[in-house]
Amino acid sequence: MLRFRKKLYNPLTEPLWVKALLTMLALAFVGLFIVTPLCTIFFEAFAKGWGSYFAALKEPDALAAIKLTILVAVIAVPLNVIFGISAAWCIAKFEFTGKNLLLALISLPFSVSPVISGLIYVLLFGIHSRFGAFLQEHDIQIIFAVPSLVIATIFVTFPFVARELIPLMQEQGTEEEEAATLLGASGFETFRRVTLPNIKWGLLYGVLLCNARAMGEFGAVSVVSGHIRGKTTTIPLHVEILYNEYNFVAAFSVASILTVLALITLVVKSGIEWKYKSEIKEVGVH
Amino acid sequence: MIVAPMFPLSEKIKKPSVIPGFGLTLSFTLFYLLLIVVVPLSGLFFKTATLSWQQFSAAVASPRVLASYKLSFGASFAAATFNAVFGLILCWVLVRYKLPGKKIIDAMVDLPFAMPTAIAGIALAAVYSEQGFIGSHLEKLGIKVAFTPLGIIVALIFIGIPFVVRTVEPVLMDLDREIEEAAASLGATRLQTFTKIIFPNIFPALLTGFALAFAKALGEYGSVIFIAGNLPMVSEITPLLIVIKLEQYDYAGATAIALVMLLASFTLLLGISMIEKWSRK
Repeated sequence: MLRFRKKLYNPLTEPLWVKALLTMLALAFVGLFIVTPLCTIFFEAFAKGWGSYFAALKEPDALAAIKLTILVAVIAVPLNVIFGISAAWCIAKFEFTGKNLLLALISLPFSVSPVISGLIYVLLFGIHSRFGAFLQEHDIQIIFAVPSLVIATIFVTFPFVARELIPLMQEQGTEEEEAATLLGASGFETFRRVTLPNIKWGLLYGVLLCNARAMGEFGAVSVVSGHIRGKTTTIPLHVEILYNEYNFVAAFSVASILTVLALITLVVKSGIEWKYKSEIKEVGVH
Repeated sequence: MIVAPMFPLSEKIKKPSVIPGFGLTLSFTLFYLLLIVVVPLSGLFFKTATLSWQQFSAAVASPRVLASYKLSFGASFAAATFNAVFGLILCWVLVRYKLPGKKIIDAMVDLPFAMPTAIAGIALAAVYSEQGFIGSHLEKLGIKVAFTPLGIIVALIFIGIPFVVRTVEPVLMDLDREIEEAAASLGATRLQTFTKIIFPNIFPALLTGFALAFAKALGEYGSVIFIAGNLPMVSEITPLLIVIKLEQYDYAGATAIALVMLLASFTLLLGISMIEKWSRK
């Protein structure tokens, strides 16, 4: 009798029907808003078979966009990695005044609309500004050219590595580095042989996320690019052009490249998380 | 040691430490921030300062711009509220229930964060259009999603999901189960335990997640423009209006609107940090 009652009402968990309802709602939410759009990309990309899929990828403008996207990421990501490590080192290993202000500045690009991130560089380098006029005189093209794509991408993606490393390095403390230094290791040696092994998984995730965002950035890049087809269009911009031309199969085919990249990023992230839970910091999304 | 003279102030502003590299890394960090963030962003203020008050108010308060604020704030608020409710349910299911494939669902939550916004935008437009997988069913019920303000909310829900889930999840995980047992042993029903014990504990995190999703939604561009329809006064979000002004070479007008948006998101950011301080107490 007692056992029966316990089964009927357990005050430590919800009744079965509530559990079922909540689970269904959660699954429906993920299904409608995440899984369906994801599957649609591949469904639309292969709507006319493998032939048109690969034709869309092999088209010269698509190839140019892929090359440009890789070029932008190859410049922007390493710079942001150096910045991220440098910022994490001074913030996590030292106590100084103004640290919170510095932290706030680092997170700033997260709260700036991508469109505004592009706009600020148009204002800075555009021909209407003094600096822009100077550049024009000396025939240096920044805005509506590759350099502005790189700079805007750096702006949008630079917090990722820093924000991943800072909490991780703060949690690990300074004792190991102090010991290494007192034993005579140089600063660089200390970093390479003591700090780096401790943060490598967090760093890898930060780099991957930074890269995925760098390759996929749309708003900021769209404002500064000028949309010169085959010259200043990255993959997302090329997708936009194809989509607006109602060339849906090609648009989704090209889009599928970055979708695969996003999926790989997530798989690696989850892999690292399950295996090295303690070695990366769940910093959330900001 | 070699870099110490480069930053003679360092001993005054920082606590002493044997670890080298403070001057070098701080100088580089500040230099990079100045170059990439502070100088370009300050241009926004300088450019706006060249406008007279009449020009400024005409740029930021014309009927078309006001309609875009209303839409951007309204849609962002609706999407963030929706995400707060369903994000909490999703968190609860992921943390508390046994479910096959839970890890995969958990990983999928981060997809909007890793996926390029423009690609999410065209995918959502395809799914929710009249011929789309979900849109065609909604069409039969008389609900139009794509190319209406409702479509904007759908896109903003997509990009906001991880913000709520990733903020609430760790708090829910760390929640001490013993207080729930104590409440139950003192005779509380499950509903009472939830409303009086669990919910107040996760509320600050939920509010933070809501505010983060709201702030992100306000500035969102790529995922929205493909599904929005972009009709002036009806389905034109503020970031799009900035782009339109830029394309018309109205730099001053674009900058003035951008400044208003920027101040709105800074206010939200300040609010978020205040919530975080309050919840730590």
